[in-house]
Amino acid sequence: MRSGDDYVILHPAVIRVCHWVWAAGILLLIGSGFQIYNQEPLFDFYFPSNLIIGNGDDSVAVHNDIGLAAALLVHFFAMWLLFTSLLVYVAYGLVKGHFRRKFLPIWPRQVIGDVFDFLRGRLSHDLGTRNAVQKLLYAFAVAVMAMMVWSGLVLWKPIQFYELGIPLGGYDVARYVHFFGMAGIVLFIIVHVALTLMVPKVLPPMITGRARRDQVEAHAQGETP
Amino acid sequence: MTIERRLREGGLSNRDVIDLKRRLLLRNGLSLGAMTLLAGCDVTNSGPVDGSLRLVSRFNDGVQGFLFDPNKLAPTYPESAAAREFRFNAQYGEEKVPVINPDTWRLEVSGLVANKAPWTLEQLKALPQTSYVARHVCVEGWSMIGKWGGVPLRAFLEKVGADTSAKYVAFRCDDPIGYSSSIDMASARHPQTILCLTYLDKPIEPKFGAPMRIKMTRKLGFKQPKHVAALHVTNDYPGGYWENYGYNWFAGV
Repeated sequence: MRSGDDYVILHPAVIRVCHWVWAAGILLLIGSGFQIYNQEPLFDFYFPSNLIIGNGDDSVAVHNDIGLAAALLVHFFAMWLLFTSLLVYVAYGLVKGHFRRKFLPIWPRQVIGDVFDFLRGRLSHDLGTRNAVQKLLYAFAVAVMAMMVWSGLVLWKPIQFYELGIPLGGYDVARYVHFFGMAGIVLFIIVHVALTLMVPKVLPPMITGRARRDQVEAHAQGETP
Repeated sequence: MTIERRLREGGLSNRDVIDLKRRLLLRNGLSLGAMTLLAGCDVTNSGPVDGSLRLVSRFNDGVQGFLFDPNKLAPTYPESAAAREFRFNAQYGEEKVPVINPDTWRLEVSGLVANKAPWTLEQLKALPQTSYVARHVCVEGWSMIGKWGGVPLRAFLEKVGADTSAKYVAFRCDDPIGYSSSIDMASARHPQTILCLTYLDKPIEPKFGAPMRIKMTRKLGFKQPKHVAALHVTNDYPGGYWENYGYNWFAGV
């Protein structure tokens, strides 16, 4: 076993736990959301039952089907996973200055340069720092999540939060916003996982928190507790 | 008496068997879905999963009760916006819709009320009426605008001398599934919660709950009892038909 000096804690435990609780919450929300969608589809298709949380057998029947109840139970449970992990993450980020260091600034020239590098398969991915493509990707994810919370509140409480729904175009339009927001999040997950597979060394630090010191950029070590 | 107790004592009815089958399906559905996503986690014994989820659902009831603004009215629409043909939606098919004789129908009133005398339809019709054109939101995701009229439940509760500091108003229905449900007192006293007698100013049709159903703008559609036979005011959580299947109790919109 290596001595402690060879490693740094790249992702503090708080961030790691938040990440995985968030990830579990998102997957539960998507799976149960598919089932809720299937009860009253917006488009001419259903989500296949093996992607669904909650029994999918009779999801096309009237709402006597038990799958919808199960899916709703999961959906409104997973909502709290996101809510609490977001709360902890934001509180931690504000206290520790995590956001300022990790996400800003996003320079257009840097984004364009990184996109070209990415397309040529040469994108550098230093542990502990984010390239411009990542920053853009996370900014996209944050924006989509904000839309999901917004449209989600409108769908949950169309009367209590009626005013909240007006800029979105009301209850029925909020259903479409919520659907396309889900699609955006799925897209994010695909790119996020693809990037991780391209640079697998980024995965262990998100699990154990530890990264080899020589793999971490010097200025990222400010995060070491 | 709970199903569990009837099971031990060997007194299960057909409905109980169906109910148990559904409970099992619910659990299996949850564990299968959860397993595909949480590979590696042991969720094969999903009783606690179902139980925990329902616990969170009860917590969500509290959150919704806290968020509920009793003075907030649902937006209303011009009468032309009301659907001529409303969507029929029930656990049973249209062919099983009960047709109740309005002349012999009675509304039983019980629990924490001063006057427990049953009500006839004519007596209800004689009370001051109200109506509104508002949106009906179904838990399935669809919604429709309609025009409903009847007696404000708030006025009715005062008329029968109900203890309005009680927590719940429960309803029992005369329909093929033995539907029942219950709501919080704040929602019961909401101005748009009515003992509904008319749709588009005509007596409600059997398939929409004749002779009397409860209509409210601040709850999802599945919480709106049709063919109401009895009203009960209580402090003991009464639950309800869909709630037993895991649907959220507060179900506010």
